[in-house]
Amino acid sequence: MSDSKKPRRDFIKLSAMTLGGVGAASLLIPFISSMNPGKDTLALASTEIDLSPLEEGQSLTVIWRGKPVFIKHRTKSEIDIAKNTSLDELPDAEEDSARVQKDNWLVVLGVCTHLGCVPLGQKASDTKGDYGGWFCPCHGSHYDTSGRIRKGPAPTNLPVPPYVFLTDNRIKIG
Amino acid sequence: MSSDQLQGYKKTLNSPYTGIKGWIDSRLPLIRMMEAEYLKFPVPKSLNYFWSFGGIAMFCLIGLILTGIFLGFHYKPSAEDAFDSVERIMRDVSFGWLIRYLHANLVSFFFIATFIHIFRALYFGSYKAPRELVYIFGLTMFMLMMATAFLGYTLPWGQMSYWGATVITNLFSAIPVVGDAILQLLLGDFTVGDSAVNRFYVLHWLLAFAIVGLVVFHVITLHMTGSNNPTGSEPQSWDETVSFHPYVTIKDLNAALFFFIIMAFILFYYPNILGHSDNYIKANPMITPAHIVPEWYFLPFYAILRAIPDKLGGVIAMFSSILALGLLPWLDTSKVRSCLFRPIWRYCVLLFAVNFLVLMYVGGKPAEDIYVLISRIGTAYWFLFIFVLAPLVGFLETPRQPLTITNYLQSKKA
Repeated sequence: MSDSKKPRRDFIKLSAMTLGGVGAASLLIPFISSMNPGKDTLALASTEIDLSPLEEGQSLTVIWRGKPVFIKHRTKSEIDIAKNTSLDELPDAEEDSARVQKDNWLVVLGVCTHLGCVPLGQKASDTKGDYGGWFCPCHGSHYDTSGRIRKGPAPTNLPVPPYVFLTDNRIKIG
Repeated sequence: MSSDQLQGYKKTLNSPYTGIKGWIDSRLPLIRMMEAEYLKFPVPKSLNYFWSFGGIAMFCLIGLILTGIFLGFHYKPSAEDAFDSVERIMRDVSFGWLIRYLHANLVSFFFIATFIHIFRALYFGSYKAPRELVYIFGLTMFMLMMATAFLGYTLPWGQMSYWGATVITNLFSAIPVVGDAILQLLLGDFTVGDSAVNRFYVLHWLLAFAIVGLVVFHVITLHMTGSNNPTGSEPQSWDETVSFHPYVTIKDLNAALFFFIIMAFILFYYPNILGHSDNYIKANPMITPAHIVPEWYFLPFYAILRAIPDKLGGVIAMFSSILALGLLPWLDTSKVRSCLFRPIWRYCVLLFAVNFLVLMYVGGKPAEDIYVLISRIGTAYWFLFIFVLAPLVGFLETPRQPLTITNYLQSKKA
């Protein structure tokens, strides 16, 4: 092969390898994508809940997308504590008003934001942690009456799922 | 290649055997390879029983695969059926209880053997040149072993299975920005569920055989350099070695016998002592057990995870605790391998072993003040040992002159 042909040969080799590489990489897409939740899993119906049986101070756990959702009928004092907490005390600063649609109803995902355990505090007999909300037994995260992280390894507040009030006593999550 | 060069090359391929053995060996050179690597293979004369634990670990691996195959005949990997199919194995399948208890307890003893094996490598300097790759393949296998054990533990779908899987898979959600997307990709769902148990079962098998593949690399690299020995000195002559068979084979079998007698005692009298009773309760996504503890062999690493008060930081610390060990061949600056001749490093390694057990203890305790404090000290020592003591002690200490294998054996007799 003469030297003048070399750049051409190199160019063809490089193009062929690049094209082959791109082709092989794009073949990965369907396989990796197949590992994601399927359409049946994604198409989970929203959940409707009747709130009327819940007395003030009581809590209810419902399932949404396979995860527990905590619904808490907050007492006056619980609301006051949540409202009067200074944002400086919060690791993940968020106003209580940004987390509720109606002050007496708190709806949060009951999954600790640390490593996914279900925190205690739903039953009257449960320990509610140092801040009167929930306490995660796995690694000791404490949440307050607004579901905000106060102490422990969890990085963020309990997330608020999307929900709407259908009537005063009925909500739809999802 | 000229024609006589070709003839010379072909001659090197000739089998040393005749008859049927020769017929097979000239077509598939496995027989001569096995003879060279396992029968006549020269091994230092001075090996002690610490050197039996690699072989014992391999016996455990074989046992796990065999029992796993028979469990797989009856197990059903779905959230609906998994727990019940395991209970069926325990109650209705002929000898199912034995096969499952064997599988469950062999894992624990696999880890015991591996921990001792790794300690041996640290104490006698087996990780040092020229055996770095032997050591790295070993640590890689150790990590795959932990992944396989974790996946296997989720399969019975009890409460500890479920919540252990939830906690460990949530480690991935600590990855910034894409964490939650990766978690969904891994689980195929928003939570650990039917989809997860199905793929965990497949991966449990896949990784088990990946370990078998790495055993091959571990042994190939080992046989290039030959075994280390308590003195850390390389054999100087044929007289300082013995053949692998019958000397090492018989010694390892003897060690294995005692090891598996202890396992049999646990297996037949306390089959559940190394497990957790909560795993006999079917998985319930709505109730987290009061104390989630991983299997005992994960506890030191779990303690490191909890020692760091930050989610991402804890995850990084846990994974890097093992990865950092892989740097030891390059961080240890000493020219002497064996701790027998290293007056300071010896105590550093022994303390590392004690620290490992302390971390194991606090990893099983609730995350309360005193235990968190101890786990922080333990985690600090883990990294101090690798990144500070290994380079520093190599410079500071004055090692004794390592004995040759012959002198070592004489000094032991005297």
